[in-house]
Amino acid sequence: MLEIIGKVDKVIGPVVHAREIDKARMLDLVEVGDYHLVGEIVKLDRDRAVIQVYEDTTGLAPGTNIYSAGVPLSVDLGPGLIGTIYDGIQRPLEVIRDSSDQYIQKGIHVSPLDREKKWQYKPSLAPGIGVSGGEIVGTVQETVLIEHKVLIPPGVAGKVTWVIDEGEYNVDETVATVENSDGDSVAVKMSQRWPVRKGRPVRERKPLSIPLITGQRVIDTLFPVAKGGTVVVPGGFGTGKTMIQHALSKWSDADLIVYIGCGERGNEMTDVLIEFPKLIDPRSKRPIMERTILIANTSNMPVAAREASIYTGITIAEYYRDQGYHVAIMADSTSRWAEALRELSGRMEEMPADEGYPAYLPTRLAEFYERAGMVQTLGGDQGSISIVGSVSPPGGDFSEPVTQHSKRFVRCTWALDRQLANARHYPAISWLDSYSEYVEEISGWWEENFGGEWMDLRRRIMDLLQNEGKLQQVVKLVGPDVLPDTQRIVLETCTMFKNAFLQQNSFDKIDMFCVPEKQVKMLQVILEFYDLGLENINKGATIHQIKKLEVTSDIMRMKFSVGNDEIEKIDEIRDKLNRSMQRIAEMFE
Amino acid sequence: MTEKNLKQAREYVGISQVAGPLVAVKGIHNVGYNELAEVIDPDGNVRLGSILECSEGAAVIQVFEGTSGLSIPDTRIRFRGEPLTMGVSGELFGRVFNGLGQPIDGGPAPRAEMNMDVNGLPINPTAREYPRKFIQTGISAIDGMNTLVRGQKLPIFSGTGLPHNRIVAQITRQAKIIGEDTSFAVVFAAMGIKHDVAQYFIRNFEESGVLEKVVLFLNLADDPSVERLVTPRTALTAAEYLAFTMNMHVLVILTDMTNYCESLREISTIREEIPSRKGYPGYLYSDLSNIYERAGMISGIDGSITQMPILTMPNDDISHPVPDLSGYITEGQIVLERDLDHRNIYPPIAGLPSLSRLMKDGIGEGMTREDHAHVASQLFAAYSHVKDVRALAAVIGAEELTPLDKVYLEVGDRFEREFLSQGEYEDRSITETLDIGWSVISHLPKEELYRISEEELNKYYGK
Repeated sequence: MLEIIGKVDKVIGPVVHAREIDKARMLDLVEVGDYHLVGEIVKLDRDRAVIQVYEDTTGLAPGTNIYSAGVPLSVDLGPGLIGTIYDGIQRPLEVIRDSSDQYIQKGIHVSPLDREKKWQYKPSLAPGIGVSGGEIVGTVQETVLIEHKVLIPPGVAGKVTWVIDEGEYNVDETVATVENSDGDSVAVKMSQRWPVRKGRPVRERKPLSIPLITGQRVIDTLFPVAKGGTVVVPGGFGTGKTMIQHALSKWSDADLIVYIGCGERGNEMTDVLIEFPKLIDPRSKRPIMERTILIANTSNMPVAAREASIYTGITIAEYYRDQGYHVAIMADSTSRWAEALRELSGRMEEMPADEGYPAYLPTRLAEFYERAGMVQTLGGDQGSISIVGSVSPPGGDFSEPVTQHSKRFVRCTWALDRQLANARHYPAISWLDSYSEYVEEISGWWEENFGGEWMDLRRRIMDLLQNEGKLQQVVKLVGPDVLPDTQRIVLETCTMFKNAFLQQNSFDKIDMFCVPEKQVKMLQVILEFYDLGLENINKGATIHQIKKLEVTSDIMRMKFSVGNDEIEKIDEIRDKLNRSMQRIAEMFE
Repeated sequence: MTEKNLKQAREYVGISQVAGPLVAVKGIHNVGYNELAEVIDPDGNVRLGSILECSEGAAVIQVFEGTSGLSIPDTRIRFRGEPLTMGVSGELFGRVFNGLGQPIDGGPAPRAEMNMDVNGLPINPTAREYPRKFIQTGISAIDGMNTLVRGQKLPIFSGTGLPHNRIVAQITRQAKIIGEDTSFAVVFAAMGIKHDVAQYFIRNFEESGVLEKVVLFLNLADDPSVERLVTPRTALTAAEYLAFTMNMHVLVILTDMTNYCESLREISTIREEIPSRKGYPGYLYSDLSNIYERAGMISGIDGSITQMPILTMPNDDISHPVPDLSGYITEGQIVLERDLDHRNIYPPIAGLPSLSRLMKDGIGEGMTREDHAHVASQLFAAYSHVKDVRALAAVIGAEELTPLDKVYLEVGDRFEREFLSQGEYEDRSITETLDIGWSVISHLPKEELYRISEEELNKYYGK
């Protein structure tokens, strides 16, 4: 399959210039030099080419051969993806470890899918039926949670002439044959390949209306994201980007998570690998690893593969979306991906734009985020991809290019705040700088499921927070004592809301995940504290009488003390609050 | 002779260009990227360099020992056909090397058990062991609030004139794992630091009797700056051998990373690369991660590498590219604060911006104490409020504060005087540290301690 297509002319880090090139196309996958390092053609100029190499080029010498099979960088799609950890170009890291040692040596070629393993396959079509791309041929129970649907590859259409019997087969098995309009017979296998830089086709895009429930109160209640939506999470180092990505991977109600560790720490991936198999999904009661695919291209792994890792991840996500699943992608961090672009662009001596980034950075970002969405698949099912991309702005300065460009292409921003992180207020999502454009679109879902007041509750607390922000300016100058008690109750309520509601401990057994119903009830109690408190102050009570109420400490602790399956306890706290406030009211009547 | 040996034996006379530390040669055989070259000056001295760029019959070599005295016609070049390696064995201890791993203490080169490529290889994330073993440093600000664990990379972000050297010396003296008597081996890499700073560390290692478990790599301020680029790599190669082949627990001290980055910028500028922030090359992040990510533990191997890089923040600016990019790679940071230092508080470890990311898994019942996480979180919350109150007091005067805020002011002072502050030779156990923490927050009314559980309050509050 591999042919010699040229020779190495010049090596500059991960960028290789080639000469005597023939029969090469843009973005073709190549193997370079004696070690057969994997690379991709990124520039063609007559008989010369520029190749970005996905592995360390130490020792690569001019004059060595370049090989190619004439196919673009692609991923293998089929049963066996789930629970696997891949590098940026879909090489399974566990297989690499078992076949060599603890280090990632260069020039390793391993198959992304286990080609020996037999899967129990069940056909769902009979011969004679007309089919087209994206329709389901048969199913494999990939994990307890995910039924893998084997699809007719996009572009194939015709009449099914033969299907395999139910039984155990490996991923290379032909499971059906289709006769297309030209009369050719096409073999449909249990697995297929797809080029990573090309989005998989869908029938049509659908409007977004269902929230991605994350179990994180500040997200679900204040800045929700819809299934099929896009979010960016900008934050300086130590503000908790990775913690948020981990929390969402663990607790969000997506069917499948694709976690892309792009240019981040090795230990973070190890943490996920150790923790996820032990964590149990609160909805399905199964280990979270059974719905997770990991892509790990840590910061010290080759930079070109970091650039590819984002595409590898989203192509895998699209494949499961096409089977009718709701997939969420965690891309941590898109800045490292942008930096990889910058590094490669610099080595190719392209003209830089902002801060050395190439001028095509916004185009690439837009292309990536636009692969998210709620769709009707070619097979007629509903599926979605939501993207949560973290951004690591240099110096925590959000005016830098990656943050700014990303914000143009997403509709929700969770801005992480250094001050909050310093006070160990996690998640450190700023309520003043963050926003979500999905609130209107998903309010219907909330009201249908949890009563009509969700929008109203949310609006009221947001108003209070804005109001508090202004009052804090005054407090910073003159202290809180000079404010009238009618305004101090705003400060008190917001302090309570921040500590009792927004702050969430991801290591606490109860608090790490909060069901929507509990969120609504907690919010109701806090707003009731404000309403009744204000009422009493207007009757003549002081802020100190209200602050001293014993029930406030019950409210402060309800996130820890009330489990997700005993939310009615919050009603008891609410009753207690009513009684206490009533007693104060009686003093002034 | 094999083809490789033949090529190694070839010697080319004459070079085509010298610019700063870079030498360009033409008319050579095809050499591999990043491999080692020997540059022989007209006096016959051999200098080492690595290949930064190679093309058909030509190469650009970065000479580690500088290019002074090289001439175009008389300089000779040989190519090793392999990257820079370091000979490693158990005999490294007690020895002093330069940045290239050559002995400079007058002794012979140590016997080499094996030769390792100094560039290292990325550790497969699936082969890593997640670090979770608490290291007691005896310093309350670290143990209590920014806990160090074995296999972590935790840098010290300092400024010029701040006592980072004394703190690191104290940590190397006191660091231990509770319940184990294995001590740490130390690999010390100096990059562009002053002679007296190097002397200070050596004296300290002598005094505490650990010198026979120390390997030193010195590239001092007046040594060639290009050599600085390999110094951390040779040091980490030695550390990897000690940790992953000899199963030792190694503490690696890299000082000062800012000097390292400046050298990198120097080379990048000479090569006319497109700069990103403040003239540093766009690949600074990837380059730094190749150093920092060499810390850690590997499953199935007893040894570990714990990294403590020191870097001085230019103008105390934490958003400068060097501390900024480091902070994105390392697992937290210990930040030193000038204001505390001026008030004579040692160690001047800033309460709020300091962070240990691996703390969560190394503390709690069975490791430190069951209340550790909550006490630390409460101290952070309280101290953060203290900062707000102080800012307010500066405007309206301390008398105008509410009674509660006055208590906070006092708690803030106590936190700094009693918890943060300690002697340079004071080795506090984790229990002592937590008890001091409780005695500080116990001045606050119980309702304010909302990050602490009911049981913990009953057990420790005011005791």
